[in-house]
Amino acid sequence: MHPRDLLNEAMAGLLARPVRSVLTTLGTVLGITTLVVTLGVAATAGNQIVGRFDELTATSVTVEVPENPFPLVDWADVGRVTRLRGVVSAAALAESDQSANLSVRSNDVVDPTRVTDQTLTVVASSPGLPAAVKGRMVEGRYFDAGHIARGDRVVVLGRHAADMLGITRLERAPAVFIGTQAYTVIGVLGDLKREKSLASAVMLPPAVGKRYGLGTVTRVLVNTGLGAAELIARQAPAALSPGNEALLQVISPSSPTRARDAVEGDVNALFLILGLVSLVVGAVGIANVTLVTVMERIAEIGLRRALGAARRHIAAQFLLESTLTGLTGGVVGASVGIVVVVAVCAAKQWTPVLDVRLAVMAPAAGAVVGLLAGLYPALRAARMEPVNALR
Amino acid sequence: MPEPVILLDDLTKEFPADPPVRALSAIDLRVERSDYVAIVGPSGSGKSTLLNMLGLLDRPTSGGYRLDGIETTTLKDSARTTVRGSRIGFVFQSFHLLPHRSVLENVMLAEVYGRGSRRGRRERALRALERVRLSHRVGFLPGRMSGGERQRAAIARALMGEPALLLCDEPTGNLDSRNTHAVLDLFDELRAQGLTIVVITHENEVSERAARRVRITDGTLAEE
Repeated sequence: MHPRDLLNEAMAGLLARPVRSVLTTLGTVLGITTLVVTLGVAATAGNQIVGRFDELTATSVTVEVPENPFPLVDWADVGRVTRLRGVVSAAALAESDQSANLSVRSNDVVDPTRVTDQTLTVVASSPGLPAAVKGRMVEGRYFDAGHIARGDRVVVLGRHAADMLGITRLERAPAVFIGTQAYTVIGVLGDLKREKSLASAVMLPPAVGKRYGLGTVTRVLVNTGLGAAELIARQAPAALSPGNEALLQVISPSSPTRARDAVEGDVNALFLILGLVSLVVGAVGIANVTLVTVMERIAEIGLRRALGAARRHIAAQFLLESTLTGLTGGVVGASVGIVVVVAVCAAKQWTPVLDVRLAVMAPAAGAVVGLLAGLYPALRAARMEPVNALR
Repeated sequence: MPEPVILLDDLTKEFPADPPVRALSAIDLRVERSDYVAIVGPSGSGKSTLLNMLGLLDRPTSGGYRLDGIETTTLKDSARTTVRGSRIGFVFQSFHLLPHRSVLENVMLAEVYGRGSRRGRRERALRALERVRLSHRVGFLPGRMSGGERQRAAIARALMGEPALLLCDEPTGNLDSRNTHAVLDLFDELRAQGLTIVVITHENEVSERAARRVRITDGTLAEE
């Protein structure tokens, strides 16, 4: 028997009862659609969630510098980190227990009705801090290398600290007193994305900070480009303190792939089971209908046997019919599934992530379902004796 | 002397029961080329069993059956199927046309399971339809044709592949007298063209047209 004849006969068998064939494919369509939507949306959503915390955490690297008899990291060493490929911004920070709770006030007037003394944290930083904490200067400017070199007595206040001290404008060059020392406020830093605690801190140039035990760098904040965090986390210690990199502690974001896997695992399990159940139901549907069809076409089977069809010809025809049914269901299901994934993405303003293997495998899975479902009916049809079939 | 088309030798068919039912008991039959034989008998006489034997649709319990020179009783299932498809053209009482396929497709179906090439199948089917004078109904669905036309389409299908034997089971059982005449006329023509025809019937009108009548009674054959 020519393969094209086999295909012709199978197609004719299916098209003879079009409504029934369409209804039969429905189960497979539902199953495959569920599977494709589940896998597609999970992959897409997984990417979106990762993408969302990418912006903040996935690019943040922090290097902790432990206390040491001699300074492990010098203030100028931050420049070497900035030169690393993949680093967007970096700044060094000095904090100490001694400076964590200092009394700061904005004027020397004793006013019994107001609390003028505020207990604030005082830190020293390198000039790149605004970029490193992804903040912006609400007022004025940050100190630069010139201020540091000259040992200018200037400070920058965190926005919250400025509010507490009642400093809102800088035109008149207001001063704050840390202890008894006066400093000129040259800027207010706000809208911090990282190290938000600095919003209620007072930032000093390192040269001035020495007075408050802020002489040595205790922390380096690094921002990297997307995907560079892992590499920078490995390179930054060596750049900061060659030879002592093992002493530095690096805090880097967890690898994004692991985060994605975790998300997918959660979402998928339930819906995958749902999709597989629908597939099984679809297979049972195909098996059922094919069996009914075989019983209805006993006379046709008898005729074909009389015309010289061997048992395998009969089996092949019914197998092909059920496989084509499954394949059609798979193609339709995959298409509907992809449309649904794209629609969900459009509604949520996500970027759809489509695995090409999924689009190819889904119709194949449908065909396999059809093939398996057709096995028993095809066997029944092939086993039929021509005498009985023609009776 | 050429091989006869059918040569039955002590053919016996028993159906398992207690005691066994002997549907055919030691039948001998010889049908030569271009013979036109009618097998007649009342229902329950073993007509259908004999048809199944002749059509290789069932196996005898014992005895020999040579079809067109081939001993068929020792053949395996697949070989019997091949012989059935290539040497025998069946004509059934209920036509057995596929309702959703056109007349032409129904006729072409006869060659689907053969070894022959697909090339020229359509032309051969058209020629077969011409032989039964149904060229004007080529694209029709069987449901839109009269009983006589349907039976002629079925005969055209049986003629495809030039069978050695045209085996007809009550071919006019579902036809009125006018259509019966048309089909019987067609048989006469085909026989004149050299075809061997065996008709199983209980209608006198049909059997009287045959050159030879064989009566079957309780599983035994007798020439009339």
